[in-house]
Amino acid sequence: MTLNRLGRALVTTLLLTSALAGCGGGSGDDTDRIRVVYQRYGTGIQLDQHLQQVKKTFEQDNPGTEIELVPVVAPENEYLSKVQLMLRSPRTAPDVLYEDSYNVNADVAAGYLHPLDDQLHGWPEWNQFVETTKQAGRAVDGRIYGVPMGTDTRGLWFNKRLFTEAGLPTDWQPKTWAEVLDTARTIKEKHPDVIALDVPAGKPVGEAAAMQTMEMLLYGTPTADLYNEQSERWVAPSAGFTDALRFVREVFREGLGPTPAQVADPQYSKSTKEELTRDGKIAIRLDGSWLPGNWIPGGMVEWPDWVEVMGMAPMPTQHGQPPGKVSLSGGWVLSISAHSQNKHGAFAFLTKALDREGSLAYAIAASQLPVRRDVAGDPKLAERNPSTAFWAGLLDITRYRPTLVEYPKVSEEIQVAMDRVVNGADPEQAGREWAVRVRQVVGPDRVEEG
Amino acid sequence: MRRRRPGVFAWLPPMVPTFLLLGLFFIGPILWAAYTAFTNAALSGPAARDPEFVGWENFRRALHDPNLANAVWLTVLFTFGSAVIGQNCLGMLLAVLMQRRNQVIRAIVGMLVVAAWVLPEIVAAFALYAFLSGDGTLNAVLTTLGMEGQNWLFTAPMLAIILGNVWRGTAFSMLIYQAALSDVDVELLEAAQVDGAGPLRRFWHVVLPIVRRTVMTNLMLITLQTIGVFTLIYVLTSGGPGTASQTLPLLMYDRAFEFGEIAYGTAIAFVLLGVGALFSAIYARALRAEV
Repeated sequence: MTLNRLGRALVTTLLLTSALAGCGGGSGDDTDRIRVVYQRYGTGIQLDQHLQQVKKTFEQDNPGTEIELVPVVAPENEYLSKVQLMLRSPRTAPDVLYEDSYNVNADVAAGYLHPLDDQLHGWPEWNQFVETTKQAGRAVDGRIYGVPMGTDTRGLWFNKRLFTEAGLPTDWQPKTWAEVLDTARTIKEKHPDVIALDVPAGKPVGEAAAMQTMEMLLYGTPTADLYNEQSERWVAPSAGFTDALRFVREVFREGLGPTPAQVADPQYSKSTKEELTRDGKIAIRLDGSWLPGNWIPGGMVEWPDWVEVMGMAPMPTQHGQPPGKVSLSGGWVLSISAHSQNKHGAFAFLTKALDREGSLAYAIAASQLPVRRDVAGDPKLAERNPSTAFWAGLLDITRYRPTLVEYPKVSEEIQVAMDRVVNGADPEQAGREWAVRVRQVVGPDRVEEG
Repeated sequence: MRRRRPGVFAWLPPMVPTFLLLGLFFIGPILWAAYTAFTNAALSGPAARDPEFVGWENFRRALHDPNLANAVWLTVLFTFGSAVIGQNCLGMLLAVLMQRRNQVIRAIVGMLVVAAWVLPEIVAAFALYAFLSGDGTLNAVLTTLGMEGQNWLFTAPMLAIILGNVWRGTAFSMLIYQAALSDVDVELLEAAQVDGAGPLRRFWHVVLPIVRRTVMTNLMLITLQTIGVFTLIYVLTSGGPGTASQTLPLLMYDRAFEFGEIAYGTAIAFVLLGVGALFSAIYARALRAEV
């Protein structure tokens, strides 16, 4: 009797377990389906629209192939974590993914990405890509893991109306950091209710605070580097980094920038900042080439007047030392997962999305600087966004971040140090503590003083 | 007649599916987490491909991490302020005040309190954000009254999240205590009243000893719920400004998913487990000490 019951229970258990195992088995062998993972957040819908369009034409051209678009609705930091979690398992890994170039090395080291060199070799249009932009998808092993979708440069935007009212020249071209701060002070005197100098800051903006503020400043100091490529060491402690923190301190201590409360508010960087810019409440912004994407029809705040109101200037070096201006570039790439069961189809989709037509459409919609020569010369681009020529001009002197495996962690530490200074910490102390953390992150034998 | 204790074969087979499911979905992840905490597992980079065993390294680092000490303190403050003091006392007060009141008043008050609890956490959190943020409802009201508002989430982040959690969780305590109070024998209260005991004395010396077990159980439940609160804090302050409201779950998320240090995040999870165990031990002792 007991044994009989035992037997029955065992059978039930086995059935249950096998049913569970059955649930786990997925549609992994369905090779005609291509999963594409990308970010769709807030008003950043240009990529979504672009991929929807590509999906439609690709499915028409390749009957029997299904493109499954998987948008991840999350801000940038969370998007990256989410994609990395998906990449960890072959069951959840996408075929094609939208990847920030600064994560390429780390993800290659983790074995998440598939090298594209062989396939790119057979793609004649690859020659159209500007050589410097190709490094966005190149890992330290020399192989290419991503095809750039576009690039960007960084510098200063300023409101010419506010400048005129404050008696400042509308062809403003500051030569030093001190000149930038002095101009901001002049504005603040005339317009106390205006944010004189906005710099990306705070936890909500993530990497933007590290790259667009701290590294834009750091690369303009005599230290000029976060990572020494010759000695292959990270520069920490760094005199330039402390100088950059001092600049940040000036901006926030004197009330030239946004208030610390605005910096802590996720809504500020997401939308409020654009509304304030449109309403003439921000005089100078240290920002990037893509801003018109927020202002053109269909953008976050439609603002046709921006062409007349907003001026542009390169960000100067600290004391005006050569080359006199600084810019950093980043950009996103399309990559293929190492776990993809259909790398051939995935590559076909990727090249369709970034062919001449696709690149042009995306560059216009998302206000990206083109990475293809045949797109850069297209008059439609300048017509839609007259600022493109200025920002593309910075490509000569622009620099890329040291996107090594440790970079994302070093960047997080930069953000922490900066956030503390924004909230009143002493720049020297924050700089020292940053250097200690960098030593821990990259290892004591991989840092040098600068 | 003494019944023979059933042998292991009698109770084990029917329990096997339960054990398997518990093992698979409950004990399995805990063991995996325990293992991960002793490695250098990461979200990306070489350590994502081949995590290495690093022994006590993560815990050694935790011991010297000022952020962790800060987070433990904030977690205790948050739990004590919002659960032990806030939800518990307010829930009891509401339950007592609503006793033997007009049906209409009971229904209205009950609905208002329970509404916050019924809302999904994310919705409640956004409602609070809209109320407390710089251009939120609270400041709008203050401005109409001629007072100057401030950005509450920035100037008083801990107070904001504690009040938020009190608002959200009081209903649970109130419902539990309403049930417990209805079990208190009215005759006992009347007897005490005849002996000249005022309302406070009656509550302290008659009601409280009777519902004491319920109080302890309730405290245990809401404490464990509160220690793990993530969504509410994440939406309101994201642990900021700086680390001013970064409780343990927020720190854990930050390390594991922002910094990609899965292993260290897991080690922090065990610290969180420790804090929870500490609270539980205190309550368990209090329950046992009772007559």
